[in-house]
Amino acid sequence: MSHDFLQMHLKAVISCLLIFLYKVHTTKAGQFFSSGHTNNWAVLVCTSRFWFNYRHVANTLSVYRSVKRLGIPDSHIVLMLADDMACNYRNPKPATVFSHKNMELNVYGDDVEVDYRGYEVTVENFLRVLTGRLPPSTPRSKRLLSDDRSNILIYLTGHGGNGFLKFQDSEEISNMELADAFEQMWQKRRYNELLFIIDTCQGASMYERFYSPNLMALASSQVGEDSLSHQPDLAIGVHLMDKYTFYLLEFLEEVHPASQANMNDLFKVCPQSQCVSTPGHRTDLFQRDPGSVLITDFFGSVRKVEITKDTINLTSPVEPPIQRSGSGDIQIESLTYVDQLPVAEIIHQKPKQKDWHPPDGFILGLWTLILLVFFQTYGIKHLKHIF
Amino acid sequence: MQSFGISLDGTKNGETFAPAKDQFQEELVIRPLHSGDIYASFQFRTLWDTDFLQEGQKKVSHYRLFPKSLGQVLSKFSVQELHISFTQGFWRTMQWGQPFIPSPPGAELWVWFHDTVSDVDGNWKELTNVLSGIFCASLNFIDMTNTVQPSASFKPLGLGNATDHRFLRYATLPREIVCTENLTPWKKLLPCGSKAGLAVLMKSEKLFHSSFHSQAVHIRPICQDEQCTSKAWELRQTLNVVFDHYTSGQGKKEWSLFKMFSRTLTEACPLASSSKVYVDITDNPELSPATPLLSQAVVLGDRRTYSVYDLTRAETFGQLRSFNLLLRWKGDNMLRPLLHAERYVAGFGLQTGEIHTVIYNNHPYRAFPVLLMDSVPWYLQLYIHTLTVTSKSRDNKPSYIHYQPAKDRHRPHLLEMLIQLPPHSMTEVTVQFERALLKWTEYTPDPNHGFYVGSSVVSALVPSMVAMSTNFTQDQPLFSSFVPVKEESSYFVRVYTEPLLVNLPTPDFSMPYNVICLTCTVVAVGYGSFYNLLTRTFQVDEPSPPLAKRLANFIRRIRGVPLLA
Repeated sequence: MSHDFLQMHLKAVISCLLIFLYKVHTTKAGQFFSSGHTNNWAVLVCTSRFWFNYRHVANTLSVYRSVKRLGIPDSHIVLMLADDMACNYRNPKPATVFSHKNMELNVYGDDVEVDYRGYEVTVENFLRVLTGRLPPSTPRSKRLLSDDRSNILIYLTGHGGNGFLKFQDSEEISNMELADAFEQMWQKRRYNELLFIIDTCQGASMYERFYSPNLMALASSQVGEDSLSHQPDLAIGVHLMDKYTFYLLEFLEEVHPASQANMNDLFKVCPQSQCVSTPGHRTDLFQRDPGSVLITDFFGSVRKVEITKDTINLTSPVEPPIQRSGSGDIQIESLTYVDQLPVAEIIHQKPKQKDWHPPDGFILGLWTLILLVFFQTYGIKHLKHIF
Repeated sequence: MQSFGISLDGTKNGETFAPAKDQFQEELVIRPLHSGDIYASFQFRTLWDTDFLQEGQKKVSHYRLFPKSLGQVLSKFSVQELHISFTQGFWRTMQWGQPFIPSPPGAELWVWFHDTVSDVDGNWKELTNVLSGIFCASLNFIDMTNTVQPSASFKPLGLGNATDHRFLRYATLPREIVCTENLTPWKKLLPCGSKAGLAVLMKSEKLFHSSFHSQAVHIRPICQDEQCTSKAWELRQTLNVVFDHYTSGQGKKEWSLFKMFSRTLTEACPLASSSKVYVDITDNPELSPATPLLSQAVVLGDRRTYSVYDLTRAETFGQLRSFNLLLRWKGDNMLRPLLHAERYVAGFGLQTGEIHTVIYNNHPYRAFPVLLMDSVPWYLQLYIHTLTVTSKSRDNKPSYIHYQPAKDRHRPHLLEMLIQLPPHSMTEVTVQFERALLKWTEYTPDPNHGFYVGSSVVSALVPSMVAMSTNFTQDQPLFSSFVPVKEESSYFVRVYTEPLLVNLPTPDFSMPYNVICLTCTVVAVGYGSFYNLLTRTFQVDEPSPPLAKRLANFIRRIRGVPLLA
């Protein structure tokens, strides 16, 4: 009797719980926790070298600036700039990179941290960063330490063509290599969702070959079209930005961390009337509907906050540092500084003993040859006369 | 202002607890130069009485003023001394005199490891990678092809008795670019960051718009007191900048803090025990606001007078709570630097060349020895049998030569010589070299820019006109206490020459593409048409019959009647 009562009670409790959970899922709190990612990363790459490619560095830095402003910290951004424009000797205003003419907006800022610079920006390093296969001594700031709950934004800019992107005018990455790298990332569970933006000529060819799930891609131009640069600045003497990224920057300046703008708004950035080329996008590999994906899911780092009213007991505080005990080993003799240029000592310096190395192959081969010739000419039987 | 900390008295397990004694001092020295430029030198010093090389229980884990990232680097790699500098521009000794802390263009790193380290090369490789992450620089390009082990130069600047040069490593990257991304992490190492104290003046837009900019970190163990019974770790962060007379100064010998840095000082760093601004008034410039505090210091063999502004006192900031210095001077004669060095490449063509290093001794009657250290990359193959050292057109035989030849793709050349410079003379060191042809994958993406050869280092004990003080006092200003002074009659100076930019024979990288295109075209057109001519056969082909005829043929086939033509 009591057993039946208990079972009924249990059923009632379970059904109540299910109703409650269902309600949670559909209320605002539920929606708040429904997106699958917990952290955001960004990999921003500029692949061009030389002063006349100033605009590519400005493109990358403007995306960097927006991403930092919306909340992603420097430790979660891998910024790769193939050349230094800010402190280039041709820059009339050192330590600045401008995106708008008449020097209105300095996207370089005062707080920039570039992780890969100059000759370090190579195809190999880029792929190693994406796949995580870096040598063990690589510092943390140069690694993409994402996990399966990370949303990653990847932005590439430079000179490209149908199916390839040029790195530093000396090597290329093909669209197949990129697709394979993303597949490796998927296999190793290195991302939850990935947004890929590319601003080069014929950029759409770079995302044609993607085949891993949860990828969304945007490009500034279709196959057969060129992406154009925006406006030159007469004082600096070069074009400052590319058209697509310029309008992307203008769009992102309106976005703030709490904004509800979604991906459909991003697809509308820079129509053909403004960009001259036709921007393209690819969403077939993406699970969610682009209309429900917020811009801040990729460009920002909205921290989810749980408010709790429980008291938590902290562990005992760190012990203050122990001073060296005076009764221990006291160096009674006073320490001295070393002589900076001890002339007498240097002149009479004994040459340092070199470590003995076994003779290498060449010497061994030479001696073998000499011995062979010797035995050939004189024969073994004469040996006892010689030795 | 005393450094505040938790002070616990009492004993526990027989040990006394006391706060780790660390203190922080900051200072700025402004020296007007006779060419109209102005030289500003920031020095930030953190002194900490601790031992990084301890393991286990006593391992340092609580950091206050000393930055944790550097402390962990020191203990992990058992570093005794670390000196790293990033410089943009070249120090013009003849126009500006001697700097307080010299540095070569590009990045320079030299490290003394503790004598307990067994694998120095492995530690060195990992240390360069870790530092490249800390300072956002490409220090990971330092490897065995540009590291040398000097045998007599670069003795430790701190305490130490073992001077076995097996534990020393030196490398330069002359091509390294210095920009805001290097300044940002450097500023983050300071206890107050760039929020308070002298570091608020460090705005990158002004600092990099200068003739010379150098930021450095020097870590070494030093004596804590006069008797020198215990040692403490010292971290010095220095930033030297020379603002150009014409580009930043608009051609007038009139400078102010606001004109130099576009900022004024509002307060001292609260964590600093001393925060001072020294202005060199030996040449009697006009200075406002005036200050009664004067100080005399003998630095670099010269006795100079300085006006001192103490930022820890509120009256320095006046009514407006901001401190802006105004300086105006005539600037006539400058003390001629006694030691000066230059270097250039002579010769023509892309096969051979000659490196000339010229060292000037401008002392009227004293001769002194200098130690010249040259580290040349392996792709400039030096012919040491052509090495000549001439002073006053006579051969000058060095009293010590250490030469380590290069190994292709493994090791650079290292040449160290101790040369006696006659008084008032010019000494020229020449050596011929041949340029190597690199493998096509070893070229940089812009090989026509050229390849850099790092600066030569000239170290010397220059006789001083004024007696230097060998006493070590805590109140000494930081700029005069960097190099330990052992004797009164001379001071130690290090002069860096220019780096060299050498063109190597560069192949035309578009040739493989050109060759493939040309060969394929020739094969396709020449051989292909010949092959077709020989093997193609022709057959007569009847045109297909019209539809009506085909239909008729089809019906006839069914009926079994002979087909139409």
